[in-house]
Amino acid sequence: MSEAPAAPRPGSADATTARPVDQLDLLLTPPTPRSGWRVPAARAWAMCLVELQKLRHDRTELYTRAVQPALWLLIFGETFTRIHAIPTPGVPYLDYLAPGIIAQSAMFIAIFYGIMIIWERDAGVLTKLLVTPTPRAALITGKAFAAGVKSVIQAVVVVVLAAILGVSLTWNPLKLLGVVVAVILGSAFFSCLSMSIAGIVLTRDRLMGIGQAITMPLFFASNALYPVAVMPGWLQVLSRINPLSYEVDALRGLLLGTHAHLLLDFGVLLVAALAGITAASSLLGRLAR
Amino acid sequence: MSDEERPRADANADVGAGVNGNAGGGANANENAGGGANGNPTGAETEAGADPGSLTPTGADAATPTAADATRTGATRTGATPAERPATPAERPAPGSPDAVVCAGLSYVFGETRAVDRVDLRVGAGEVFGLLGPNGAGKTTVIRCMTTLLPVPSGKVTVFGHDAAKEAMAVRRLLGYVPQQLSADGGLTGRENVTLFARVFDVSRKERAARVQQALEAVDLLESADRLAKTYSGGMVRRLELAQALVSAPRLLMLDEPTIGLDPIARTSVWEHIDAVRRATGMTVLVTTHYMDEADQYCDRVALMHRGRIRALGTPGELKADLRERRADDSEPTLEDVFRDVAGSGLGDEGGDFRSVRSTRRTATRVG
Repeated sequence: MSEAPAAPRPGSADATTARPVDQLDLLLTPPTPRSGWRVPAARAWAMCLVELQKLRHDRTELYTRAVQPALWLLIFGETFTRIHAIPTPGVPYLDYLAPGIIAQSAMFIAIFYGIMIIWERDAGVLTKLLVTPTPRAALITGKAFAAGVKSVIQAVVVVVLAAILGVSLTWNPLKLLGVVVAVILGSAFFSCLSMSIAGIVLTRDRLMGIGQAITMPLFFASNALYPVAVMPGWLQVLSRINPLSYEVDALRGLLLGTHAHLLLDFGVLLVAALAGITAASSLLGRLAR
Repeated sequence: MSDEERPRADANADVGAGVNGNAGGGANANENAGGGANGNPTGAETEAGADPGSLTPTGADAATPTAADATRTGATRTGATPAERPATPAERPAPGSPDAVVCAGLSYVFGETRAVDRVDLRVGAGEVFGLLGPNGAGKTTVIRCMTTLLPVPSGKVTVFGHDAAKEAMAVRRLLGYVPQQLSADGGLTGRENVTLFARVFDVSRKERAARVQQALEAVDLLESADRLAKTYSGGMVRRLELAQALVSAPRLLMLDEPTIGLDPIARTSVWEHIDAVRRATGMTVLVTTHYMDEADQYCDRVALMHRGRIRALGTPGELKADLRERRADDSEPTLEDVFRDVAGSGLGDEGGDFRSVRSTRRTATRVG
């Protein structure tokens, strides 16, 4: 092990016989920095990859997270389809509900993503990422997209569940791509919302409480379970300013082919995601201290 | 637990700094800080490569012959026999290159607490510099200012000539940072952990796998590279973090309490890897620790920090020789004695608030 090469290579600066390091030449030259838009794109990809790798190593979360949407569709959905309590023009209630449950389960994942950032802060992972050449906005964008990736996988699970329950969904690849984009944008907004709250409250316990407190109101004050038309006036107003409503509207339009305002939906989701990224990046500094 | 308490979480210095009559120590430190290792001729190091002690850069004004001699005897490293030392560490910076880190008049205040109080510090390129002090001395705050995690409210911090406050991105590209907590992601394999850092440091795709391989090899983790990091022992996690920091070829490696909570064997192993990598790459290493014995053994120069201020600065040998002279007895003082001497009577256990102790314990539990 400690035997040095008999004749040291003359004149080579990086020739090292030091134990235990044998080959370090690549670790002597710093990598060439990327610049411009490539930085956030590369960071986002790196973070998404981490999520996928983690899911590959441990799929438990995927299964446990499928339980709740399954219950919504199976119990709530099947029951309300039978009693016809909610007027859903043209489609069975279960079909109407399915996109709402996709959006809801994606939102739940995203909202609790903020807890992960606090965990990462306590574990030093965040600190270390903040000392890499990653602008804060790029780091948040990466996290937001990583939450999106997780949500898309969740959405696939719910779509499959819905299909098994007999919901007639589209299999048009372009429309499905639209679904992916809508879910990613929606999750980006909700994960940024929770990361912003994380930046304000700074502890996991408080964030858990706030997360619990806002997810249900966001869910009920949207068109996920029932059409906006049946809501009282004040709830309609809340539903109008709730990005979840736009996500659900887009998903319904794409998956079921019902009448939807796709341009408005994607516009609102995009603006919401950008606003969320801005807010969360400006609050990230508080988590760094 | 109010919000106002939060920000000072890891500062936890003390409200009563200075009441112990330590002003003398502080002044002394500032004097020494000016004469860092910057005037250190690199030729001397390479020529006397067989003598481990000679790598110790000596401060220009502090290097009296006796002190220098004491350094040679005092600061030997057990980790490496002279024969194993490479003749010329690669990438040793040319004379006249900027210092690795310069802190001038750095202060940081959390609420009413002066966590860092007018710290002047100069870390020469290529040296192993130890920032020592008890919990709550302000070491981590200083490190966080250098790593651009905290703003620099007053004073100036430069890393290889780049202002930490104004050129954060340039500074970060030069840094490899290992925080105090065990920060490797347990849900990923060792290789994935290192690859993530290769990606965020813009390592190109064609180099990535090879670089990751070398970084893992440098810390002896190749065999366990494809196991999940949560199955690693504490020492292995630290080595993995070292690989994460190394993969971007940093010029300055910053280690915050790298051996906290580790057993003695793992501590030695972590230090030997740091030392070997340092010798192979010539990178500067800035390390904080509260283990004085480690600093004595592995650091070229140390700064003793207490209550936000630098109380003494020099090579371990110089500091010990200095104390021996002042004490005028024949007993060989340890670095801990030096520390007790410069810190005065203020070494109670009031240092370290609840959160920092909890965080330390948590780290210790995880490395268990």
